[in-house]
Amino acid sequence: MSDPTGWTLTRAAAELGSGGISSVELVKALLERVERVDPGVGAFVHVDAEQALGFAAAADAARVRGEAGPMTGLPVAMKDLLNVRGQPCTCGSRILEGYQSPYDATVVARLKAGGAFPLGRVNMDEFAMGSSNEASAFGPTRNPWNTDRVPGGSSGGSAAAVSADLALAALGTDTGGSIRQPASFCGCVGLKPTYGRVSRYGLTAYASSLDQIGPITKTVEDAAWLLGALAGYDPYDSTSVREPVPDYRAGLTGSLEGLRLGLPKEYFIEGMDPEVEARVREAVAVCEKLGAEIVEVSLPHTRYAVGTYYIVATAEASANLARFDGIRYGARVEGEDAIDVYGKTRSRGFGPEVKRRIILGTYVLSSGYYDAYYLRAQKVRTLIRRDFEEAFGRCDGLLTPVAPTAAYRLGEHTSDPLKMYLGDIFTVTANLAGICGLSVPCGFTGEGLPVGLQILGPAFGEATILRVGHGYEQATAWKDAKPSLGAGGAA
Amino acid sequence: MIPSIGLEVHVQLRTRTKMFCGCPNRFGDDPNTLVCPVCLGYPGALPVMNGEAIRLTVMAGLLLGCRINLQSKFDRKNYFYPDQAKNYQISQYDQPLCSGGGVEIVVGGEKRVVGLTRIHLEEDVAKNIHFADASGVDFNRAGTPLMEIVTEPELHSADEAFAFLQALKQILQYGGISDCNLEQGNIRCDINCSVRPTVRDPLGTKTEIKNMNTFKGVHRALSYELQRQIREVEKGRLIVQETRRWDDEAGVTLSMRSKEYAHDYRYFPEPDLLPVVLKQEDVDAWRGELPEKPADRRDRMVREYGIPEYDAGVLAADRMVADFFEATAKGCGNAKAASNWVMVEMMKCLSEQGKDIGAVAITPAMLGELIKLVDGKVLNMPGAREVFAVLFEQGGDPQAIVKEKGLAQVSDTSAIEGFVDEVIAGNGSVVADYRAGKQAALQFLIGQVMKLSRGKANPPMVRELLLSKLG
Amino acid sequence: MQNADETFDVDYVAKLARIFLSEEEKATFGRQLNDILSYVQELSGLDVEGVEPTSHAVPVTNVFREDVVRAGLEHDAVMRNAPASRSGQFLVPRIIE
Ligand SMILES: [Mg+2]
Ligand SMILES: [Zn+2]
Repeated sequence: MSDPTGWTLTRAAAELGSGGISSVELVKALLERVERVDPGVGAFVHVDAEQALGFAAAADAARVRGEAGPMTGLPVAMKDLLNVRGQPCTCGSRILEGYQSPYDATVVARLKAGGAFPLGRVNMDEFAMGSSNEASAFGPTRNPWNTDRVPGGSSGGSAAAVSADLALAALGTDTGGSIRQPASFCGCVGLKPTYGRVSRYGLTAYASSLDQIGPITKTVEDAAWLLGALAGYDPYDSTSVREPVPDYRAGLTGSLEGLRLGLPKEYFIEGMDPEVEARVREAVAVCEKLGAEIVEVSLPHTRYAVGTYYIVATAEASANLARFDGIRYGARVEGEDAIDVYGKTRSRGFGPEVKRRIILGTYVLSSGYYDAYYLRAQKVRTLIRRDFEEAFGRCDGLLTPVAPTAAYRLGEHTSDPLKMYLGDIFTVTANLAGICGLSVPCGFTGEGLPVGLQILGPAFGEATILRVGHGYEQATAWKDAKPSLGAGGAA
Repeated sequence: MIPSIGLEVHVQLRTRTKMFCGCPNRFGDDPNTLVCPVCLGYPGALPVMNGEAIRLTVMAGLLLGCRINLQSKFDRKNYFYPDQAKNYQISQYDQPLCSGGGVEIVVGGEKRVVGLTRIHLEEDVAKNIHFADASGVDFNRAGTPLMEIVTEPELHSADEAFAFLQALKQILQYGGISDCNLEQGNIRCDINCSVRPTVRDPLGTKTEIKNMNTFKGVHRALSYELQRQIREVEKGRLIVQETRRWDDEAGVTLSMRSKEYAHDYRYFPEPDLLPVVLKQEDVDAWRGELPEKPADRRDRMVREYGIPEYDAGVLAADRMVADFFEATAKGCGNAKAASNWVMVEMMKCLSEQGKDIGAVAITPAMLGELIKLVDGKVLNMPGAREVFAVLFEQGGDPQAIVKEKGLAQVSDTSAIEGFVDEVIAGNGSVVADYRAGKQAALQFLIGQVMKLSRGKANPPMVRELLLSKLG
Repeated sequence: MQNADETFDVDYVAKLARIFLSEEEKATFGRQLNDILSYVQELSGLDVEGVEPTSHAVPVTNVFREDVVRAGLEHDAVMRNAPASRSGQFLVPRIIE
């Protein structure tokens, strides 16, 4: 039997089902690897071994009783902003020190209902604000492919954990690319579902109209499987949509025959890393060989997307993060009066990136600026949405790079936030338009850093983009590549 | 000087659960026991609209003659305060559920309609409790549905404001929109007021008095504040636009001079809630379910029962009182008597004991029975009042009470004759006075007969017999 | 939209957001936010006349909840999360009204 930490979710389920391994054994193997390898990666911020083993033992017992479902016994790592009953939920922030979650996020409840369970909590940029995982109060996570490099963000801990075989799969959240970009930087599969596909209840909000929870996995098949478990209407999230959930795995035919895929010319721009462009174009050629028809399309308002995103997202964030005031839960700094408590608690509790975004968001909503910034950005958002509607009238999906570069060095962008924001250019559009997007590994740079292919689909077009991603993945060998980190037990 | 007053009235809706979560909407529980992640503003919690709160607000709008806006939405109103779980309040900014409308008030015998600007729906805040050295916050009330009714600045006196609040309360209670229990803070209001020399002048600079929770308080605060403004203006001083606090004990309004930062609420559409798009047919169906308004009921009761307009107005003022009256009148067939009993004896007992008509033992059926006993000459009025007192306290069968207390009226001619003879025999000088033409003497003799019968003789028969015997 | 030379009023906005900033933070944020605002200036060149704003990414309306009570949180669990409490209430510095 191979090392179970290297398995996919699908493989682990098969082994559990056939009695090849117990859930307790699987969790022990993962915990042992976390202990050995994670100090060099920093993916996990909280692991409750006893709790995880308790879930595993309960799953094994259910199997003995003949009550096992397909997901019974599978551990999944949780981004630190998802509420899990009885666990902390720090969101990578000091301000939530001491908070114990009294409830399960809907995604957690759904996984538990299917027999899966949370493995531990993984690192992230504070309140999901960042693209490098350097903005975590717990220190940065490192890229398993090169520990001098960032893993991407904000779901950097999720991607690093999956990439380094510290977790079979993880949940992340994507507000402007926070699943797809770290998946691409770490050589994993990352899926941002359509807005409304997965309930946000229990996800600590960054930007409510953009946030979505999605899987980060080792294969497209695993992502398809997890999405099926997470998706569907939730009465506790008004913005979740009553749309049937298809069997996403059954749609993975391996064929791209009959699909028309668009290349948006605005996504192949000057200034992007030529190696990244080359890998993506090679991937496009593979898709064509697999039977897809490739057409050029235009999304003319792309250049306005980053500006629009940073106005809409920070405005919503400025309100969403107002609740962290030291009164009902979390950390608090005492003061003379309530205003003093707020000011001291928040200035100590939030890191610089969060403060920067709250201030920007407060500004764009403030009296005299609302129309010029916020309202205008919402109108541009409409134009960006229409761009996609038009494009998807002509094709089934779009092929683009995930980010203009591969993983950059730690500290490279920390002093220039605008430069880091511009790295989100290819991902923020999907959130603004509410559509779905998938990141699939498509090779490496000369320095051995992973590159990701982004496949964008229309609203509720997950089945199509998963089919494309799976077909491409099966035709290439990228999914079998592993970082050398911790290999052979010698971290 | 002409005062202009506008009110922002916050009314708690009668729903079972809060506006955006399933916690009970209930008063009087131990602090922080009716709470959940949503109304505590926990990370990750999301609001979901209570459809009943939307319906009740639309019903209120229909009762008040508002235009119902089929397209409506919620917004976030951003400000930090310890009674707020999220440090923003979910409210409605530019698309309220209802616009326009009005409330009829009667002041000094004159009827007038006070215009409304809008009605919107929002969530209530938590309650602050003050200790000597700190404050405590109880979130049981946080997130309960709160309807805000905003008037035009069309009220011109403290009396009018008082009458407006009374009329509004009546209508909302009628519609089952709110219990309007003032002790429980079901109605709270903010006052905006200003003065100007003549109606041709633009409105003066206004001051605001926040969070008034009694109608009497509103009246007193307004009486004071308007006088204060008039004095200031007459002295040639400028009114400062500010929020003032009503000090109920001292009976004055005080400038708050708070170090509060400037308000900049940064309203924006609530991304967690989708728009409300009402269907005209639903609104029409709800219109069909509207209860009769107090003024309409007054007019109908005049027509249907032939009672005076004044009486009908008093009865119609309270839906439960009017219900009691109508049930009694229908049961006994004597509307005039039913109206008298409810208006006089019932009101007297209720106010003496500080009780609510919903909380008394007597039922319309019992009162109807009692009225029948009077009409059937089984009881005279003093006896009936005695029976009423028993029914009011403990209920029961009026006839049984009559028997038990031996209150049955004596209408037997021979029995009364005996009393009459006895009185004539024992009051020779009075009888002589009567015969000499002193009419007042007859009243005295009737009184003596009644006394002898221990109140039970049928008074008209006594009079008749006396007259015939005295020749 | 603001002029490129107009400087960003960090003080006012930080007060609204209830965040105390050090002088150093004010200087850094002021500069960085000015950069970002001049970048988003790009949006002002776009004609958005007659374009409806998008506040929600889903075209759904009328999502209501039944008016039915649902179990909330245990009082003790709630108060365990409170940084300061007294008599079952969240404690804050005295509110002067
Ligand atoms: Mg209000
Ligand atoms: Zn609640």
